Amino acid sequence: MNPDVGTPILEAPVAEGSRDQHMVLNMGPQHPATHGVLRLVMEIDGEIVVRVYPEIGYLHTGIEKTCEAKFYQQVVPLTDRVDYLGPMANNLCYALAVEKLLELPIPDKAQWMRVLLAELTRLNSHLIWLGTHAMDIGALTVFLYTFREREDLLRIFEAVSGQRMMTSYIRIGGLAMEPPLGWFERVQSFIRTFPEKIDEYSNLLTGNPIFANRLKGVGYLSAEDAVALAVTGPVMRASGIDFDTRRDMPYSSYEKFQFKVPVSDGCDVWARYLCRLEEMRESTKICQQALDGMPEGRIKADAPKIVLPDREAMKTQMEALIHHFKIVTEGFAVPAGEVYQQIESGHGQMGYYVVSDGSAKPYRVHMRYPSFADLQALETMCQGRLIADVVAVIGSIDIVLGEIDR
Amino acid sequence: MSETKTLPTKAAVLEQMAEHPAIKAILAWNATALTDAKFDRGELTLTIAREQIRQACEAVKAAGYNALQTVTAVDWYPAAPRFQVVYQILSHKYKEMLRLCAMVDEADAAIGSITPVWAGANYYEREVFDLFGIRFEGHPNLRRILMPEEWVGHPLRKDYPVEGYR
Repeated sequence: MNPDVGTPILEAPVAEGSRDQHMVLNMGPQHPATHGVLRLVMEIDGEIVVRVYPEIGYLHTGIEKTCEAKFYQQVVPLTDRVDYLGPMANNLCYALAVEKLLELPIPDKAQWMRVLLAELTRLNSHLIWLGTHAMDIGALTVFLYTFREREDLLRIFEAVSGQRMMTSYIRIGGLAMEPPLGWFERVQSFIRTFPEKIDEYSNLLTGNPIFANRLKGVGYLSAEDAVALAVTGPVMRASGIDFDTRRDMPYSSYEKFQFKVPVSDGCDVWARYLCRLEEMRESTKICQQALDGMPEGRIKADAPKIVLPDREAMKTQMEALIHHFKIVTEGFAVPAGEVYQQIESGHGQMGYYVVSDGSAKPYRVHMRYPSFADLQALETMCQGRLIADVVAVIGSIDIVLGEIDR
Repeated sequence: MSETKTLPTKAAVLEQMAEHPAIKAILAWNATALTDAKFDRGELTLTIAREQIRQACEAVKAAGYNALQTVTAVDWYPAAPRFQVVYQILSHKYKEMLRLCAMVDEADAAIGSITPVWAGANYYEREVFDLFGIRFEGHPNLRRILMPEEWVGHPLRKDYPVEGYR
């Protein structure tokens, strides 16, 4: 109101010095759109993001250190807790790494079961991504739909392993136990109806102009940046890099399956959305192939000193009882060496680097998880863009804080 | 990938895998920097002199090993040199993984940062610094990443108790 105060200051300095007068905005660690305990410290210039500093470590439990104090087989349940949305993928990657150290051949049926479970896990992981991503954008309905299908998947996991989330079903040397009677039919009925469900999500979102406008052209990540920042998985493929570990460096007999790898040149959040949606369809096809061609045979490797004996054998045979006792009390020695095993998890390339010194406990287990690298790329994707887009970008890289903080 | 032979020494690797693109690139760049090599369980490991790790990364990157996957370390306490810094590098072209290693002494636990070669090494090097206490010279923002800023000690070192100091 007083003409002596304010007028010149209001005009000139704000416009001139706005570059230096950035505001610092804190987002999280308790924020519904950060998918866990992620804290972002953002430097903003009005509505424009200038810098993003992710502050992580809130979920750090020292899993890698704990692994060094456990027997090899005791590490399997620890791996469940890393990427808690894709437990079977964690188990699989760790089991493959240790089997590589042991040079242990795995029976065909176990390998095909692993493929089937890994793909169901991918569906599970993508369903949660889709539901939460759409919810962040404001489309709440899809969340209810995807969690309906996720519930079916969790029941399938429960039927096969006894656990909904922390399955520990894929073990070193094979699987924990035979799937129960009628389990394959349950998977079959899920797989039969699932493509329609994907159409349902697609109907709700793909043609929805509000959803599309929030996603298109947002979170640009060029192919060069994606590779330089170690980004992998659907985010990398949506930036036009055609690489999928399942197809290009096959493990667990993925080379026997036919599937397409969705790639897009869009480089934005929308392209990632379409890629993941397409990946779900391809995963369904892989599951169908696995069900159709499921080989007969054992689900455990023939290695009595490494794989726990069947319950009945353990109760009736002296040898099996001794092996059981030895494995449980002393573990099994793994030949010295170092291996790195990578697989394609729901989020991208997951890798386990396991070093053995010849004893029954791993000397070092390093877990390479895709979200950790994806988070580095967040700043590149958000810089110079609107603050409201940060939420869309976080949703599109599909981070799980459990695997970032480990 | 079907090769299961093991080549435990540098001489054997250089003799039998001379045509391997990464080995060719390293030899063409600086053969003396390659201190050790082995081929085990289908994986090639090249150990590089600590001072030259960044140039070695540039050499293999130019040879087609374009995507850094992870940087980590192993603590070989009480052996000397104590730390082994490990770089896993993927080639999209050859569909193959390469492991570069460098040995780092405890007294001078430092190695050149490879962030100029791959910006994505940033977080991984911070993690190794945080959990092993190895400094990365030339890193743009070498702070703790997983542990709290004021934390004392480096938890993944072998002389750090699993339950922590209580």
